[in-house]
Amino acid sequence: MKLTTKLLAATAICGAGAASATELEVMHWWTSGGEANAVSKFAEAWNAAGNTWVDGAIAGGGDTARPIMVSRIIGGDPPAAFQFNHGRQAEELVEAGMILDITDVSEQEGWADIITPSSLLDSCTYDGRVFCVPVNIHSWQWMWLSNGAYEAAGVDVPTTWTEYVETAGAVREAGIVPLAMGGQSWQQNGSFGVMALALAGQESWLAVNEDKDSEVVMGPEYTRVFEAFGAARELSDGLNVQDWNQATAAVINDTAAAQIMGDWAQGEFALAGEVAGEDYSCLPGLGEVALLDTGGDAFFFPVTGDPEIEAAQKELAALMLSPEVQVSFNSAKGSLPVRPDVDLTTVNECTQKGLDLLAAGSTVPSGNQLLSPDTTTQLNDLMTEFWETPSMTPAEVQEQYAAIIADAD
Amino acid sequence: MSSSTDPVIRSRAGRRPNRLFRNANAKLASLPMMFTAMIVFLGGTIWTIVYSFTDSGLLPRLQWAGLQQYERLWSSRKWLVSIENLAIYGVLSLILTLVIAFVLAALLDRKIRGEDVFRSIFLYPFALSFIVTGLVWQWILNPQFGLQNVVRDMGWTGFTFDPLNNPEIVLYGLLIAGLWQGTGLIMCIMLAGLRGIDEDIWKAARVDGIGTVKTYIVVIIPMMRPVFVTSLVLIGSGIVKLYDLVVAQTSGGPGISSEVPAKYVMTAMFGGQNLGQGFAASTMMMLSVIIILIPWAYLEFGGRKRG
Repeated sequence: MKLTTKLLAATAICGAGAASATELEVMHWWTSGGEANAVSKFAEAWNAAGNTWVDGAIAGGGDTARPIMVSRIIGGDPPAAFQFNHGRQAEELVEAGMILDITDVSEQEGWADIITPSSLLDSCTYDGRVFCVPVNIHSWQWMWLSNGAYEAAGVDVPTTWTEYVETAGAVREAGIVPLAMGGQSWQQNGSFGVMALALAGQESWLAVNEDKDSEVVMGPEYTRVFEAFGAARELSDGLNVQDWNQATAAVINDTAAAQIMGDWAQGEFALAGEVAGEDYSCLPGLGEVALLDTGGDAFFFPVTGDPEIEAAQKELAALMLSPEVQVSFNSAKGSLPVRPDVDLTTVNECTQKGLDLLAAGSTVPSGNQLLSPDTTTQLNDLMTEFWETPSMTPAEVQEQYAAIIADAD
Repeated sequence: MSSSTDPVIRSRAGRRPNRLFRNANAKLASLPMMFTAMIVFLGGTIWTIVYSFTDSGLLPRLQWAGLQQYERLWSSRKWLVSIENLAIYGVLSLILTLVIAFVLAALLDRKIRGEDVFRSIFLYPFALSFIVTGLVWQWILNPQFGLQNVVRDMGWTGFTFDPLNNPEIVLYGLLIAGLWQGTGLIMCIMLAGLRGIDEDIWKAARVDGIGTVKTYIVVIIPMMRPVFVTSLVLIGSGIVKLYDLVVAQTSGGPGISSEVPAKYVMTAMFGGQNLGQGFAASTMMMLSVIIILIPWAYLEFGGRKRG
């Protein structure tokens, strides 16, 4: 009831008055169990408002789905809404005038005041106009540790990266691989990003990722990061897995001691029935610099030229950020809501740590927001080559990293 | 003089439109295909080459960037590794496919019992797509569940065969899967070629006292030249296109050790949202095919016309 009134209010404000049944096709790549469940929360809320949600799920992840979405938009048959990661992925579509400007919705709903951190809205804003709705927050800066593995090794669960490296020898002696790392390039590059932020600090990290300062890459702070990354490479010897969830599984069944992975890994621990604090521990920012990046997903609305669809698109945009939908969606997805004025029903120890950091404003923009997909791909290739080539030294990779950053747009 | 040339000119002039409209129906019927070839193949190729000189990102746009895309391409380690991989895979795959397929075909040609059964077994993998082949061999070569584990369970506990996780030999893991999938078809083509050899040749060779193996190498293989040419084209096109097998089996890993050019193109265009870079890479792919293909086609087909 409350939701309906809110929606009606929203549409009234928009001045559209088209609350009648409108079909909207929404494209996304959320197809795993938990993700599909999360999408259905959007759909339920939308259908409850008397509209029709046409689900356009594409299996195979973002790299498969994005080209399909883009070709439909360019081909003149755009969906009513589509999911991208917020950041620079849709930059060119916006420049080409293919995305609906939803600044009026943003102003009516006061997004500038409610969306926290404000960088999320910034990355939806191009030349002062708003073009997308951020719906959740995922962050990379987490290290997951298996309490069982450390018990078997006879040492305390480390609370910082330094302690972790010191205890790695004992862990190895107990026949446990200290670090679980999947073979895909985004995992290796992502882990490097986490280590860079934790070991080189916020200032250096931003200088590299935001200002594209290649001299900082060659500087002493980053040298330490590259050396630590080289050491981490040796810590992961003895475990050959590809997918991130296989690496997480190794931590869950105690064959590996730790994994550096984003907060989405927590879904795997929950699925395996593990309890935060008892079976596994988490270290935001590797226990060194507790900062979280604020990546996540956003919805864009292509220009259709049909005023009725346009009104419905704006209605959907407002709906996605309404408090009720934010709670139901993010509880199902395992992500954090983009507005701090709502309460998730049940949170465990690790999620609480994340919420506290968000509330304290200890956040940085995500790699997707700062680096273009082109640069990210180049860095992925470099870091995976380093990880799988034992003869490549940290100094070599540092130089090539600096060259890519110097060329980055 | 003039009286004798005039009728010739007249008749030529009169025949010219006739020649254009001779087999008019057949020409009309092939028009759509000619149109497709010109617009889609040739047009698409030219379009790609033109846009490879731009800085197109997610969307194609005509903003000239000169040779920038090519400079970046040739300074990229991943591209160099891709080319090297394709060269090694290509040479090995070409030689091994031809040898294995010919030996299998020759063995089947010796009128063995159950030929149909063996032929079906050898051809069967060809019915599977590269994606399925890649996944099957990923499991077979998995050290925990696959071949290595089976051999270890049989008693050889020190046996190690883990190509997919070793950057040095990962290409051979791909090669095994590629050969398993592709040799059956080439074998069938070779077998058809062998069946086309006149029985009398064999009788003559036997009368002259030439051994079976020597007959194959000295007499039969030179006679099967067209069959080998067909096989070469089939194998060659398969090598250049190599993509789905890599994606399914190793996704380019470990690291970048099993990257191939086609995968570089796909990643640049759709992962990196950098169409210009992808176009530059695909133009280079086409250029290398042309460099190899044109002299060969000239020798193969041009020479025969003259004879």
